[in-house]
Amino acid sequence: MKSFRFWLIGFLILLAGCSQQSNRAKGVYMLLDTSGTYAVELSKARLIINYLLGTLQPGDTMAVGCIDTGSFSEKDIVAKVTFDARPSVANNQKRAFKNKVSSFVTGVRQSRYTDISGGLLQAIEYLNESGAANKYILVFSDLQEELAQGYVRDVPFELSGFHIIALNVTKLRADNQDPKIYLARVEQWRKKAEKGGGTWRVINDLERLDNILAKG
Amino acid sequence: MITAGFLPTITASPFLSTFIWIILILVAMYLARKPSHRCLISFSLIIRNSMRLFATSIKLAEKRLNERNRDVLLSAGRQHAERCVEREFERISNSVQRELEGYPQVQRELNESIVKLNEDHNKSSEVPQALPDWIKVIKAIASIRPASDPIVGNMLEDIHQTLSEQHVKALEQQRMDASNRHAILNRMLPLLRGMKKILGGLNKSLSELNFRAKRIDRYMDNYEQIREQSDAAMGTLSSSSMTQFFISGAVLLIALGGAIINFNLIALPMSEMVGGASYLGPYKTSDIAGLVIICLEICTGIFLMESLRITQLFPIIGSMDDRLRMMLFWIALSLLAILAGVESSLAFMRDRIAGDMEALRQSLAGVKPSSVAGSVIPTVGQMVMGFILPFILTFVAIPLESFVASARTILGIIAAWILRSLAFVLRLIGQLGYYTGRLMINLYDLFIFPALWLEGVVTQSLFRTQTKGNETDKEKTIGPGTMPSVEPLAENKEMAK
Repeated sequence: MKSFRFWLIGFLILLAGCSQQSNRAKGVYMLLDTSGTYAVELSKARLIINYLLGTLQPGDTMAVGCIDTGSFSEKDIVAKVTFDARPSVANNQKRAFKNKVSSFVTGVRQSRYTDISGGLLQAIEYLNESGAANKYILVFSDLQEELAQGYVRDVPFELSGFHIIALNVTKLRADNQDPKIYLARVEQWRKKAEKGGGTWRVINDLERLDNILAKG
Repeated sequence: MITAGFLPTITASPFLSTFIWIILILVAMYLARKPSHRCLISFSLIIRNSMRLFATSIKLAEKRLNERNRDVLLSAGRQHAERCVEREFERISNSVQRELEGYPQVQRELNESIVKLNEDHNKSSEVPQALPDWIKVIKAIASIRPASDPIVGNMLEDIHQTLSEQHVKALEQQRMDASNRHAILNRMLPLLRGMKKILGGLNKSLSELNFRAKRIDRYMDNYEQIREQSDAAMGTLSSSSMTQFFISGAVLLIALGGAIINFNLIALPMSEMVGGASYLGPYKTSDIAGLVIICLEICTGIFLMESLRITQLFPIIGSMDDRLRMMLFWIALSLLAILAGVESSLAFMRDRIAGDMEALRQSLAGVKPSSVAGSVIPTVGQMVMGFILPFILTFVAIPLESFVASARTILGIIAAWILRSLAFVLRLIGQLGYYTGRLMINLYDLFIFPALWLEGVVTQSLFRTQTKGNETDKEKTIGPGTMPSVEPLAENKEMAK
């Protein structure tokens, strides 16, 4: 009787171990800079989003938010979706997502200010709620933050488990005159990301998109 | 201060200190020579004896394993021979039942044919009446020259005419009789052919029986050899087992390839059914579900083969009542057909999903969808493959049985070989340990050779002094005046004994 109980407990533990479903879902939040100097680059962002849609699997989460004067708002989320577990339904969701982003890019209005920090906070909040195991925030911007008067963004970022990837960080006219400005700008964001516990990467060559979600 | 890196100094000069230390060490080693030798001998003996002990126990295990291998091989061979003989008996039984169950009928037909032939023979034996002898008379009368007497001439003419008519009639009768005889003989021909055919059939059946009997004799000879456990039988069985192992292994590998293709056919559509986002451990649930379906198909196939008594992996199925066994066969076949149908529909679904994904990818890349995607040939091909593969996987049971049966022998042989090698290595280590001990003893003596040399000189001088003082008392001398011969392994030999 004792040995039977022992085997039964062992079997149940084994069963529980096997049936434990591991969370491998990815959560991707892409921030699009719509400020005056950068809005012209948005057509490139569409390519990246299309690539991501082709890469993401059922169960993954994706959202696109814009960076404008005040980005810490749900209204700035252009499109968001958690793909269904069934591939056929997920494919339809991807089509709808693509159309939504396309219409946004076509009719985007340029903003006067660039609230990158607010966008990041919004992305962190959204991805934390999604429950994704691997969280990626893609910042499609020149990383030049300009806050409107009255906006306070000196909040520390909680980026533990997040991978921050800056995409297409274009060089401004001043950067060309003095590259140190560009390097200092990128370094400042790297420090912010790593201070919050996240990882930081910059991908400027959009031909290497296959690296976006591979390395984290 | 220390001398030579680790020894404390004795005098101010390091050289002198080192020298003194060497002398002291030599003296100490000389004094401790016998215990050191004993210690080294004991150590080497411990190594040798323990390794030999290990090796012996491993050899025993190998022997037991070899006996077990032999038993397994013989048992497998005996079972195979029994099965062969059983099959041959079944075939003979079927043959006898099929060919000779109609023997009474054949015998009756033969009897009837013989009776008919007999009758016909009797009928044909009635010789037709020969033409009358009076032909000669007619000829004689006909040859008489008509006389001048007309009466006689007329009379002769009448006789001639009458006789000629009679002759014609007799001739016709004889021809008719001959014709009847020929007709009877014609009727006998098909009867004879029929009899020849029947006898030919019987001959064939008996030849077949004879052939099978010879085969049974051969199988029985093999069986006898196996029972006698002859070396020839063992060699044959071992070689046969090895061949079976490799052939069935190769076939199983091919079947594995088929199973992988099958898996790829159903893995994607399974994600549509069980979801593509959940994982069990490191694996996708949909992949595991696909794998389970394939395993179920293989299991059903094995039960199908078992119920047909083609394989004997589960003896309980083979020994079932025939009615139950056939019921199991039909159940397994139905399940297999259902699974094949499910797989075929999954293959169809896979084609649809793959097409949809491709279309999405093309639309995301901004490429126009190609017209080839609209072809139905790949869809039909996948569906057919999805339906056929489960039935093909059914036959895996046959090589699987051979593989399992031969693997027992092969693994046993490999294990025995490993044990033999291990025993050899242990014995080698034991011998190496023993001779290393001897080497160390000799090195010890080599290291203290100045002390031993001195001992020899002292002993020699003592010997000379004593021989001068008392030549008669030779028995009390210590030695011949040379370095005493050391027999370091004398005690070792005693201990080994």
